[in-house]
Amino acid sequence: MIKFLLMVNKQGQTRLSRYYEQVELGKRASLEADVVRGCLARRKEECSFVEFKDYKLVYRQYAALFIVVGITENENELSIYELVHNFVEVLDKYFSRVSELDIMFNLDKVHIILDEMILNGHIVETNKTRILAPLLALDKMAES
Amino acid sequence: MREIMVRAMYCEMLGYDASFTYIHAIKLAQQGGVLEKRVGYLAVSLFLNEGHELLLLLVNTVLKDLQSTNLIEVCMALTVVAQVFPKDMIPAVLPLVEDKLSHPKEIIRRKAVLALYKFYLIAPNQVQHIHAKFCKALSDKDPGVMASSLHIYLQLIRSPDSYKDLTGSFVTILKQVLGGKLPVDFNYHSVPAPWLQIQLLRILSLLGKEDQSTSELMYEVLDESLRRAEMNHNITYAILYECVKAVYTIHPKAELLEKAARCIGNFVLSPKINLKYLGLKALTYVVQHDAKLALQHQMTIIECLDHSDFTIKRETLELLFRITNAQNVTVIVEKMLDFLRSCNDEHTIIHLIGKVAELAEKYPFNKPEFMNTLLPMKYNSWFIQTMNDVFSIGGDLLQQDDPNNFLRLLAEGSESKEEDDQLRLYAVESYLTVLKGHTSHLPQCFLQVMSWVLGEYAHLQESVDRREVIRLLTQLLDQRSVSSETRVWILSALTKIPEGQTDLILDLAESLSSSQDTVLRQQAQELRHLSQDSQLREFKPVAVVCVFSSQVDSSLSFLDGFVSEALAAGAAPYKPPHQRQEELCEDRALNLEPYSFSLPVSLSSCSITDRQSPTLLSVSSGLSGNSAELSQKAGSSTLILEGVKRVWGKDGYLPQKEATAPPVDEPSAAVQPASQQEAAERIEPRPEPSTQNQDKQQLASSLFVGLGVGSSVSLLGKSEAPPPRFRKKPRPHESSSSSGTSKRSSDSSSRSSRNTTDSFLYGSFPEEEPATSISTFDHTPKSTTANGLSQNKDTKEDRHANTSQILGGDMVIVRPSTIQDKHPPSVSSDLTALLPADLKDLPHSDVISLTSDPSLSLSSCRLFRDEALLLVIFISNCTETVIKDVAVQLTLKHKHQQMTLKNFFLLQVFEFMRLILMNSILSVTHRPLVVTTEEYGKLWLSLSHDVKQNLKLLTDAGDPLRTTLNALKDALQLHVVDIIGSEGIVACRLLSGAPCLLHCRVNGAALAMWLRSPHPALPDFILYHCQRALAHH
Repeated sequence: MIKFLLMVNKQGQTRLSRYYEQVELGKRASLEADVVRGCLARRKEECSFVEFKDYKLVYRQYAALFIVVGITENENELSIYELVHNFVEVLDKYFSRVSELDIMFNLDKVHIILDEMILNGHIVETNKTRILAPLLALDKMAES
Repeated sequence: MREIMVRAMYCEMLGYDASFTYIHAIKLAQQGGVLEKRVGYLAVSLFLNEGHELLLLLVNTVLKDLQSTNLIEVCMALTVVAQVFPKDMIPAVLPLVEDKLSHPKEIIRRKAVLALYKFYLIAPNQVQHIHAKFCKALSDKDPGVMASSLHIYLQLIRSPDSYKDLTGSFVTILKQVLGGKLPVDFNYHSVPAPWLQIQLLRILSLLGKEDQSTSELMYEVLDESLRRAEMNHNITYAILYECVKAVYTIHPKAELLEKAARCIGNFVLSPKINLKYLGLKALTYVVQHDAKLALQHQMTIIECLDHSDFTIKRETLELLFRITNAQNVTVIVEKMLDFLRSCNDEHTIIHLIGKVAELAEKYPFNKPEFMNTLLPMKYNSWFIQTMNDVFSIGGDLLQQDDPNNFLRLLAEGSESKEEDDQLRLYAVESYLTVLKGHTSHLPQCFLQVMSWVLGEYAHLQESVDRREVIRLLTQLLDQRSVSSETRVWILSALTKIPEGQTDLILDLAESLSSSQDTVLRQQAQELRHLSQDSQLREFKPVAVVCVFSSQVDSSLSFLDGFVSEALAAGAAPYKPPHQRQEELCEDRALNLEPYSFSLPVSLSSCSITDRQSPTLLSVSSGLSGNSAELSQKAGSSTLILEGVKRVWGKDGYLPQKEATAPPVDEPSAAVQPASQQEAAERIEPRPEPSTQNQDKQQLASSLFVGLGVGSSVSLLGKSEAPPPRFRKKPRPHESSSSSGTSKRSSDSSSRSSRNTTDSFLYGSFPEEEPATSISTFDHTPKSTTANGLSQNKDTKEDRHANTSQILGGDMVIVRPSTIQDKHPPSVSSDLTALLPADLKDLPHSDVISLTSDPSLSLSSCRLFRDEALLLVIFISNCTETVIKDVAVQLTLKHKHQQMTLKNFFLLQVFEFMRLILMNSILSVTHRPLVVTTEEYGKLWLSLSHDVKQNLKLLTDAGDPLRTTLNALKDALQLHVVDIIGSEGIVACRLLSGAPCLLHCRVNGAALAMWLRSPHPALPDFILYHCQRALAHH
């Protein structure tokens, strides 16, 4: 099961966070800081999975942006690793060449996309057209 | 407003409290336009958790939107319902959501399924009635809807029994996905719906677990799945990993296992670090089932152990932990400690140090097998040193269990007092050395352990001055860093050191009597009294010794009188904790059983249960005067190490009889020339050019020693491995003896009826096989042989017919016996040795070889019993092939009239053999295994293969467990070892030695039975018989 998904840049600033299990607001900041420290400290040739407290972190770096997913022991790390890439591909398709700024200024849309893909910590949709369908429909209605 | 809400989300994300905006988020969801509404819902799902009170305000909005004609609004409402919804309000929206299951749009159906999944998670009772609809969703024509219904099934199938019939559907779905039947947009890097595949594989492995027939359905698709995942992309490896796991979870199939093992090879050898990690993880999972797999990859494992990546190292240690055995434990523990010393992550330390302690405690006392090079002295030092490391590294992060277990180990010891004393002696020595050095940095729990050991066992060490011990302990007391709890431990240790150096003690007591801590002050007072009062003093050594060496009455029988009085006065009988727990659980559910079924309140049953858990009560202050008193005062009940033998507990320290293994020469795959070469080198060591390489190889050999034979270790000391198909010598003793008795009881009046059945049977036999038909092998026996056989037999029967007729006991024991190592039938001693135990002692004639052909041989022998003559016929298999089917027909000639006999028995024999063939072992018969409860405990722990099944309980008598077990005992030749309260232990073994242990427990109206045996098929076989026996009863 997926516990949380974070998007953090190299400076350690959180760009997006989504928790699938209740974490108190006060504890989030310190948890994120720990997570980022754990991932930033790792070198390129080391593997993308880190043990962190009682769960595992799967991270993937895109330019200056890290996407970190916290999962439970029974989850398949590599499939999550690829899920992250799928997520980025979807973002890329929607924003056409996504950048950190896109994510900063369209936080709500990124969240909507993420909600289509992951629900309650489970992967519910990975088909790119289907993920984007509700959001595109929304955009069309907002325009008209 | 939308912008503001997004900013509020931003604030929360950065950790600032924005709770004042929550209500506005709900308002936005209520009132805004489409995009605003969506953002409002999004904010709600981000801000509010399940129990939040504001969530109630959302229900109305959701209801309204669910009924909206705008698809997007319905969609949003369903999304938010699937994310966060108050539990109490589910009934309000449930009908609406259910309606959406038949909506024409796939996205709505899909979201409705997910919403129902959420409901299932938070309130499973409320969606029980719509399970049929889940099934409809599973067969939906849209793959998305089907995929989302899998989430529900993955949850439901955790209790798989009621969903076995869906296996076929899941297999078909997976086949279709693999076959590329999904639309192209489901592909990810041209792999069809990979996450869906993973989900399906998980479901299949849950379904196929320990279920052969279900597993058989999925072999084909798993095979295909393994084959398809050839493409070199991460996601295919992710699928492959899941597939390998599934293959090893379900009922094993050799061919698939082999393929899966090869796949693991691809992982582990991959240069990509992520794949390597996953390979290690897969290997960790797989070695639980087959430790030998690790051998193929030993060099890789060694490399990973020295890998610079922390995660890889950690995973490798996890793997090593799983393959630990008595021979490699020292090396593995050393590796783990090395890792721990360089590690500074608290979670990892706690996790791993526990494992080290577990390992060290698991293997301490099996010295005889424990590498011949390691002398007991050396072993002791290893154990103590390891535990020292554990305590000093783990320090106060350790679970309280670890020091307690260690102390119990020291106190209870093994069988040999001498060895125990040596261990204790070594501990004392090593602690004295530690204490003489710097002590300020040592963790409290280590100090506590040391002081306890010194207090108890310092007297064993003659050469050490007691004053020295006292001085060292007193020194500790003076240190600031020592916590008051530790001080209490130290003081109680000081009290135990006999024949006090009064002056030192008095000084100490004096200085402590002004302490701020009242507990300490009190102890100091006691200490002073004790050292001054010589009369009191004299009691002490006796008391101390008696705690640990005298037999503690673990059944607390001295309380029986009290208990019976209390019972007579109307007190409730004692129930062990787990039973109480169960009853509590039962109470919560509706009680559908009539009340009269409650436990019989009889004194006998309660005194039995009384005996079950003495550990809680056996502080036994009466037994252990001073010591117990002191430890009670110390407020640490953990100190009390009663001498109770824990029969059922986890006790790895019991001697484990493992066959010492020759260095393992493993067959490596061709992919691995390096390791193969290495293996060869280990057998005949040659000088190696690179010393580093040599180091590694040495490490490898020490790490993987003993793995190869791990699986074939036989507990009863018979470790010769018979050819797999011919493992057991057949012994249908059961059928023969039962037929004997039934025969005896049948009188002549029934003979006529038997004759009719006989003739009927006769008629059903084909004409061309008049006597013994041997249709076992691929070749059909020559008719001449068959004729010869029949003639032979006829004459033989003729010879003895008179006797048997006169005696009136027409008993024949038909006993198909396959002799594994091709005994020539003439060796009579061998054959008579195979007689059932109860016949063995009877006087018998020589074994006469009747006839033989290349495949079968027949011989017979007479046994003289008081009331009857027994004729034993041996049918031996002379070939190495398995006998699939033996038809035996006996004819008895008597006074010109041919009378067929014994078809009755033959029927039984046939039935029996068919049954055995079904279990793919040729003729297995078991016998009672007579062991004591204690031996049983050891055996039980040394086995790991566990089969569980609920059986019917015979409830017609007062003590259902005893009745059931006795019935089984009579029917199946088991040995009832012990019955304790609601649990019973039973043992039996195969003739060739493999034991099978049964552990039964009354569970409501059923009998839960756990079976363990080194032989994989034996538990199933025995279970099958038990079920039959109980069904007949």
